[in-house]
Amino acid sequence: MEDNVIIRNASLGDIETICGLNGSGADQFRMAYWQDIFDHYVLSGRADRLCLVAEKGSQMVGVIVGEIRAWEFGSLPCGWVFVLSVAPGVRELGIGQRLFTEMCNRLKEIGATTVRTMVDLDNKLALSFFRSVGMTTGRYVELEKQLD
Amino acid sequence: MKLNKASLFALISVLELASEPDRQLSTTDIANKYGISAHHLAKVMRNLVHEGVIQAIRGVGGGYRFAGNINRTTLLDIIQLFENLESDLDLPHWSKDSTPIVAELQSVTNEIDNLTKAVLDTITLATALKNSRLRGELTEGASRLKNKDRDVVKRSVLR
Repeated sequence: MEDNVIIRNASLGDIETICGLNGSGADQFRMAYWQDIFDHYVLSGRADRLCLVAEKGSQMVGVIVGEIRAWEFGSLPCGWVFVLSVAPGVRELGIGQRLFTEMCNRLKEIGATTVRTMVDLDNKLALSFFRSVGMTTGRYVELEKQLD
Repeated sequence: MKLNKASLFALISVLELASEPDRQLSTTDIANKYGISAHHLAKVMRNLVHEGVIQAIRGVGGGYRFAGNINRTTLLDIIQLFENLESDLDLPHWSKDSTPIVAELQSVTNEIDNLTKAVLDTITLATALKNSRLRGELTEGASRLKNKDRDVVKRSVLR
């Protein structure tokens, strides 16, 4: 596990770096998506909306976004993680784990007792990661229907 | 879901060996520890050697050693060496695609198969071993606590 990594709250100046984190560049659609995320999770200043970044040296290398969601489908308030990204060159060094652990700690501090996420069935990399940090299949089953 | 014996023995052996990759264990060591048939296990071990998951060490004190990558090998990788997890409706072949009811039942079993595979294919040996260790620590902690409570009761009775 990397020792020289710090996890901190994202700030407005981070948006462009985060957009280009997965190496594919910051196109206008990605920028618009992240602008929206920043509006809701960075600029709103709400304690139950969290956007954290990982810095290694002076470089930003990872981001995680989560929040407390309540009463969706009858669920008690719980933590949700819906973005987790680590720069390709520094994967498998424990940075994702550090981000996830810090997110869990923060969610716990504000009352969450469970954390949830949702991942595509074919996304083996992400599913394996979440399994490796202790997540298991949860009580809620995702269902879908093709709308022809 | 019920795994066949070969898959189960393979998972046990691979996890046992991978928990200490430098250690060599014989078929008898593993069979005795888990109370399973050494004869059946020997066949499974030969298959695992053939697939390159474990390595056979010959000579005095020989045995088997883990030879794979614990971060890359999943539970499904091991199971699929011994069985196919596709559910098969036990019906004569001619009727399989011929009725909507059979097609619907097949679709349900396919859905279950996909979920089963998604679970097994995302738990690496490293994750399974980490979770096993945590379980062991929890059990140990609970039993220490129980012994401590018993000692307190004993002392208060003796007083």
